Amino acid sequence: MNIMTLLGFGDKGWALWLLLGAMLTLAVTAVALVIGAILGAAVASAKLSASVPLRVLGNAYTTVFRGVPELLIIYLIYFGGSSAVTSLGQWLGYQGFLGLPSFIAGALAVGVISGSYQAEVFRGAYLAIARGELEAASAIGMPRSLRFRRIIMPQVFRLAIPGIGYVWQLSLKDSALVSVTGLVELMRASQVSANSTHQYFLFYIVGGGLYLVLTSLSDRVFTGAERHANRSMPSASMGKA
Amino acid sequence: MTAQPRLSIRDIRKSFGTLEVLKGISLDARDGDVISLLGASGSGKSTFLRCINLLETPTSGRVFVDGEEIRMLQKNGKTVPASQKQVDHIRSELGMVFQSFNLWSHMTVLENVIEGPVHVLKRPKAECIAEAEALLEKVGIADKRHVYPAHMSGGQQQRAAIARALAMKPKVMLFDEPTSALDPELVGEVLRVMRALAEEGMTMLVVTHEMGFARNVSNRVVFMREGLIESSGSPEEMFGSVASPAFRQFIGHYGN
Repeated sequence: MNIMTLLGFGDKGWALWLLLGAMLTLAVTAVALVIGAILGAAVASAKLSASVPLRVLGNAYTTVFRGVPELLIIYLIYFGGSSAVTSLGQWLGYQGFLGLPSFIAGALAVGVISGSYQAEVFRGAYLAIARGELEAASAIGMPRSLRFRRIIMPQVFRLAIPGIGYVWQLSLKDSALVSVTGLVELMRASQVSANSTHQYFLFYIVGGGLYLVLTSLSDRVFTGAERHANRSMPSASMGKA
Repeated sequence: MTAQPRLSIRDIRKSFGTLEVLKGISLDARDGDVISLLGASGSGKSTFLRCINLLETPTSGRVFVDGEEIRMLQKNGKTVPASQKQVDHIRSELGMVFQSFNLWSHMTVLENVIEGPVHVLKRPKAECIAEAEALLEKVGIADKRHVYPAHMSGGQQQRAAIARALAMKPKVMLFDEPTSALDPELVGEVLRVMRALAEEGMTMLVVTHEMGFARNVSNRVVFMREGLIESSGSPEEMFGSVASPAFRQFIGHYGN
């Protein structure tokens, strides 16, 4: 069959299928990034806390989720979560298997992993804020909450952008593993089209190309955000922050 | 007239571990006093200044600002402020200028200056902007109001930091070696601003190595040595023939 037909939008074409897969990949990654940001901020504050138990907990989180294979976490959350939901269903009188929606399980799994990397990014960003600026905030009479909101948050955000861009890229690639749950994101979409047409080279290369499009586009977005956030800095520190 | 002192400090002591840095310092600053704190590095003068607004917590001693005592209490054998709210309030009444400026790098000069009045004192923004612009005019950097600190010289940054502190309408200004991080040619512009403030009657405590400032601008010179006030007096006394031998030796080192 003609390559153009296979990659077209017609009856025999897989373009729409692949594009939908790419959109789903973006969606899983975006939701995972948000989940990871919330977890990451919480874990980073635990790691920076004065309380020893909180620090231990924070360190345990980053050690576990950075040290265990992503695939295992995805299986754990998808199958573990599903059997938990099933037992809950049985307890409520429903007999039979109840699956955790694969999108939610996938985003949660990638988000939990992303959170362990984002925690390190946020922690590093906080530590990079000049101590003198925090002291100046205290000296002017800012209560802790105001100091956090006005002085710490905006700077953590600025300093974290390059690291978050890197974590986004990792999550985008991790999201391919979510295909094992049957979610038809870009990886699964490429696989299905390759298997159905036996055009393995063609569809895996096109899939890879689409991943590259996604990563290079997001790279641009993050570089732009970094430039904007660093407008207050001398030009020499661009990209170093 | 016996107005109560703007600032009254009684027997401040401070230890870091087993090292006692301040061994009991008492000092009063009345309205309009300009007090220069001199001493070799390690004499405890910066630590003393930082104990006044509790950037360092004194091990013991009492601090009164306009008669209001900062309440302290003992907790697990350590001295801590009784109320963080009171500490924040007292700090808002004491302007502090740091050696390394410490302007907030993500804010323009104008944003730095209005930050305290708008967010700590919760005053109307338009009013604060008008006042901030007048202050920037006064310290001579009105044209820099929309510039970020990283794009200014040290002297300009320090003048912005002085404007930021003044915007809080402080009762006392604390200066912690305000010119020590500056290139020599930039020291003058900061000292001129400080001198103008002194002439307006601002109550000031200045930790400095600028003998010219201590001698010509301040009305009292306090010489610290090994965590104690070794001697103090008017500039005429301190720089005249009655100076203590230790102070004479000190100014011999720092010259001019």
